[in-house]
Amino acid sequence: MALLEINDLCVNYGMITALKGISFEVNEGEVIALIGANGAGKTTTLHALTGLIPAKSGSIKLNGKELTKVPAHKIVEMGMAHVPEGRRIFQHLSVLDNLKLGAYTRKDKANIEKDMQMVYERFPRLAERKNQIAGTLSGGEQQMLAMGRALMSNPKIIVMDEPSMGLSPILVSEIFDIITSIRKDGTTVLLVEQNAKKALAIADRAYVLETGNIVLSGNASDLIKDESIKKAYLGE
Amino acid sequence: MKNKTKTIKPYTKQSFITYGILIAAFAVTLILVETGSISFMLQSLLVPLCVYAILAVSLNLTVGILGELSLGQAGFMCIGAYTGALFSILMQEAIPESAIRFPLALLIGGVCAAIFGILIGIPVLRLRGDYLAMVTLAFGEIIKNICGALYLGKDSEGFHASLDSASDMGLAPDGKVLINGALGLNGTPKDSTFIIAFIALFITVIIAYNFVNSRTGRAVMSIRDNRIAAESIGLNITKYKLITFGLTAFLAGVAGVIYSHNFATLQAVKFDYNMSILILVFVVLGGIGSIRGSVIAAVVLTLIPELLRETIGQYRMLFYAVILIAMMLLTANTKFKSKLTAYMSKLKGLVVKEKKGEVK
Repeated sequence: MALLEINDLCVNYGMITALKGISFEVNEGEVIALIGANGAGKTTTLHALTGLIPAKSGSIKLNGKELTKVPAHKIVEMGMAHVPEGRRIFQHLSVLDNLKLGAYTRKDKANIEKDMQMVYERFPRLAERKNQIAGTLSGGEQQMLAMGRALMSNPKIIVMDEPSMGLSPILVSEIFDIITSIRKDGTTVLLVEQNAKKALAIADRAYVLETGNIVLSGNASDLIKDESIKKAYLGE
Repeated sequence: MKNKTKTIKPYTKQSFITYGILIAAFAVTLILVETGSISFMLQSLLVPLCVYAILAVSLNLTVGILGELSLGQAGFMCIGAYTGALFSILMQEAIPESAIRFPLALLIGGVCAAIFGILIGIPVLRLRGDYLAMVTLAFGEIIKNICGALYLGKDSEGFHASLDSASDMGLAPDGKVLINGALGLNGTPKDSTFIIAFIALFITVIIAYNFVNSRTGRAVMSIRDNRIAAESIGLNITKYKLITFGLTAFLAGVAGVIYSHNFATLQAVKFDYNMSILILVFVVLGGIGSIRGSVIAAVVLTLIPELLRETIGQYRMLFYAVILIAMMLLTANTKFKSKLTAYMSKLKGLVVKEKKGEVK
C-alpha cells in the first residue's frame, strides 16, 4: 500500500473545474515531483490534499485513512505537513515562534526540543537569527523557515509548493539540496515545481499535470529525456 | 548583568514596565485624592477612566492580536452592564455585603457577555475585514435596541417580561418593575469604587499580556499574520478566533458591570455605536497591538475633553477633534516618527551617560 493514494480527485472553484479526476500515488521514502504550467492545477492538488479546499469527489488516502472529510487542522496531526506557496511565514513573529508554531499539534516536549535542534542543524542561518522577526529575513531564509516550520510537526510526508519561487540560482540549488537531505532522513516528499529540470533531477518519479489532468507519468530519469517534456517544460 | 537581561524575554520586560506605570499612577492618584488636590469632577472621572482602559485593552485583543475589526464592543458592554446590575438589584437583600456581591456581579456580567460574544462569533467570524466590522456594528446596535425596549418585572409568581410596555407584563400589584424599557434599570447599588475599578484594570492588563505571551496567543497572532499558513500547520482557526472574541467580550462585560454600578440609573442608549467607535479610537491611537498604548490613550483621550471643559468651555470638542486629527497625522508620519525615535535615543543616551557618571 502506498503512503499517499489519490483516486479520481475532482475539485471545483464555483463553475470552474480545476481538477478533472486525477489519480496518483506516493510511496514511502520517495520524492515525487508534480510538474506543469501555470494554471495546470498543481497548487489546487496540494490544497485539496491538506484540506485547505474541499474535494468535490474522489478519494485521498494517507496510510489507508480517508482525508477528504477531515478538516485541515487534523491532517497535520495525521502526519502530512504543507509548505505553502510564496513563503507564507508569520511575518510579525520571531523565527523561534514560527518554529514553535510548527510543532503546535504535538505534545511530546522532549522530542520537540530535539527536532528544533535538528532544524537548526539543517538551517544554521535560522539558528543565528532565531530571535529576529521573521518578516525581516531574506527570501531564501524565509523559504528555509517555512520548510523548517513544516519539519517541526515531524511529518511522515511533506508537501512543498514551489519552494524555488523567486529565489536566486544559488539559493535554488541550496533548497533542492535540502530537499534531498530531508528525504535521506526518511521523510517522503511531494514536490510541486515550475522548475521542471531541477525537480526531475532530484525526484524518483514525476507526474505531469495539464489543465486539470495528468497527461504523463513515469520515472524522473526517463521523463527528463522525453521529447515532449523537453519542449514544453525544459525549454530545449 | 548582560546575561541577566538576555534571559528575560522582551515581552516580559514590557509587561513589567506597564505594571510599574499602572501601580505608580494608581499610587499618585490615591495620594492626590487623599490630600484633596483633585477637583470633585476629576474624582468622578476615575472609575470611567478605568472602565474605558479595560474596554480598550480588551478590544485590542481582537483588533491588534487577532487582527479583525470589531465595532460591537458597546454591545457586549451593554450585556455586562444589564446582567450585572440586574443581579445586584435582585441580590441586594440576599447578599447585603457588597464585597461579596460585587465580584459575583462582575463575574456574571462577564460570563453573560462572553456567552453572547461566542454565540455571535460563531456565524460572524466567518467574515473578515470590512464585512466583519459592519456585522459586529449591527449586532452591537441590535443588543442596545433590544435592551432599550425590554421590560422585566418580578412578583410573587416569578419573572414577567415584555417588549411592549410595562403594563403588558401582567404584573401582580405587589410586583416590582426591574427593567423599565428605555428608562432602563433603577436603583443599582453604587458598588464601583476607584480601587475596585483599578484592580479590575490591573487584572485585565495581566490577562492581556499573558494571553499574548501564551501558546494560544502565539496561535492567534499566527492567524493574523497568515491564515493559510496557520491552517496548514494544523491550527483550528475558528476555535482560536472564538477564544479571542469570547475573551474580548468577557472583559467588555466586566467593564460594563463596573460602569453600571457607578451610576444609580442605567439606560441602554449610552451603549450606542459612538461608544464602540470611541474605544476603537483609543486602540488605534494607542497603537494597534500595544496594550500599554491602549491604557494610556484611553486615559489621555478621556481626560483631555474634561480638562478642556474647565478652560475653554463650549469650544472643547473643537479642540478635541483637532488634537485627534493631529495625533493621527503625526503617528502616521514616518519623518516625524524617525525624528521622535532619534530624539528619544538621544535622551536615553544622556540618561545612560549620567548613570555612568554617577558610578564613577
